[in-house]
Amino acid sequence: MAGKTIAEKILSAKSGQDARAGDIVVASLDLTYSHDGNRPLAMELLESMGTAKVWDPAKYILFLDHHPSPNAVSAAAHTKLRAFARAQGVQLYEMGDGISHVVLPERGHIAPGDLAIGSDSHSCTGGALAAFTTGVGSTDMAAAMATGQLWMRVPETILVRCTGILPRGVGAKDLALAIAGHIGADGANYAAIEFAGPTIDALSMDGRFTLTNLAIEMGAKAGLIGTDAVTEAWLDGRLKRPWSHLNADPDAVYAQIVDIDAATLTPRIALPHNVDKVVAIEDLVRTKVHQVVIGTCNAARSSDLAEAARILEGKHIAPGVRLIVTPSSRDTMVASMQSGVLATLVQAGAVIATPGCSGCAGGCHFAVPDVGENIVSTANRNFKGRLGNAESFIYLASPATAAASALTGWITDPREYAA
Amino acid sequence: MNIAGRAHCFGDDINTDYIIASKYKTASLDPRDLTRHLMEDIDPGFGQRVRPGDILVAGKNFGCGSSREGAPLVIKAAGIGVVVAPSFARIFFRNAINIGLPVFICDTAGISTGDDLAFDLEAGTGRNLATGATIQAAPLPKVMINIVRDGGLAAHIRKHKTFQLA
Ligand code: SF4
Repeated sequence: MAGKTIAEKILSAKSGQDARAGDIVVASLDLTYSHDGNRPLAMELLESMGTAKVWDPAKYILFLDHHPSPNAVSAAAHTKLRAFARAQGVQLYEMGDGISHVVLPERGHIAPGDLAIGSDSHSCTGGALAAFTTGVGSTDMAAAMATGQLWMRVPETILVRCTGILPRGVGAKDLALAIAGHIGADGANYAAIEFAGPTIDALSMDGRFTLTNLAIEMGAKAGLIGTDAVTEAWLDGRLKRPWSHLNADPDAVYAQIVDIDAATLTPRIALPHNVDKVVAIEDLVRTKVHQVVIGTCNAARSSDLAEAARILEGKHIAPGVRLIVTPSSRDTMVASMQSGVLATLVQAGAVIATPGCSGCAGGCHFAVPDVGENIVSTANRNFKGRLGNAESFIYLASPATAAASALTGWITDPREYAA
Repeated sequence: MNIAGRAHCFGDDINTDYIIASKYKTASLDPRDLTRHLMEDIDPGFGQRVRPGDILVAGKNFGCGSSREGAPLVIKAAGIGVVVAPSFARIFFRNAINIGLPVFICDTAGISTGDDLAFDLEAGTGRNLATGATIQAAPLPKVMINIVRDGGLAAHIRKHKTFQLA
């Protein structure tokens, strides 16, 4: 019998059967979570499942991350979610605590081998800890809240093998965009992706989360990275329960293997309005920038902000450019304050937004651009109208490229600025 | 279950932001209020033109992007009987079935806007009345057929307390 992929191992353990790609199983969940952004709210559907109670209050967590600056409708939703949390005895992260996909691993809610679902598409982020974490809609979430289970098709896995060390000024986001450009917006639909190889081994956990976060933009159900010493060091002090290392078997069967040479990679940009419309920065025509966003669950962790600060240290952004920095969580914000990174960014001209989704989607009512404006963002989506104005243009880039572009007012190759 | 109606065609990779823009997520809690904004950023006026019984036809990877269930709910509220595409993004696919919006997975290359289409969803067959071509659907997993038969996932769970795979 052939070995197993990470996805097959986790879904076997959680379904209690020998699960292989293509099998349909009912699996038990270790964690479920929802946020304030999508309607209907899963909690509103719980009663329609014939139950009033969450199956296990310790395994459901609520986040007020999508509307850190609420309007009347989202303020009402917040009130509902707070009341639900109190009544059910479930944990709730308040506005300003940060984005679910960043907070969950940071606060030790996800362990290697876990099976988790979130009612948000970027729930695939937690896969950087070798946990099977995936996004679902509100009705699936309500069914999971009622039963503690979900039916799943065990996905085929695409192995993305990355070799070579990333050159100076080229980071995890550039690697993620290069892979997205290669695989395409639906190249991994219904599948899981495993990221492996020496490049990944050398990445920090922050960089690994940036990579797995982008898996959904290739259609993937999960983006997975096996555990190693980097995982262990990062989990130390965060995760309070026992865990074991988890990696794919050497003889696991993959649907496809994609080889990426990271050593020759240059900064990458996703052009409006598709995440897979990826070009090398040197092939980009000179493009004016009106607004820069360093934020979202993709690349606004402590090391991302620090990278931007290294480029902006002692300088000021170009006249006419707005720089919006949204630390992705409260912990990120505190660490960046203590290290002086936030002071550097504010002195350079940045506006600091409330930790959460500010600056990612129009529904946040924040950083909405004007007609005809170009935005460079460290986000994961550049869909037309994403920031609330269909007549604006979003270019996705790394934190270094975003910072260098804020400095010059044009989309700028960060390699000449990278320390 | 038989559905017949007029086709409205869209391209590949129609994401959930295009189906209903993120900025309307908090505009109203009733999907019926949002139907006039359906596909607004890529086809202004579609939300006003679409008629109950119409059929939404698209290219590959329909519904990619967000997990928002508002996307299939607004399509359903607009009275669209079935969404037809060669492939659906995973979360949208599950959401549509869960809320009782039928989907039909087939080659859509030969279908043009304005064509009259007829589908037998249970049999997985259809016909383009404009061209005379027959259309064959890819089969759904049994658990999804059970969910559709029960009238959506909420009814399915109320009835069985779990998921019926067989
Ligand atoms: S930051 Fe953006 S992509 Fe991430 S959870 Fe928030 S809205 Fe979604």
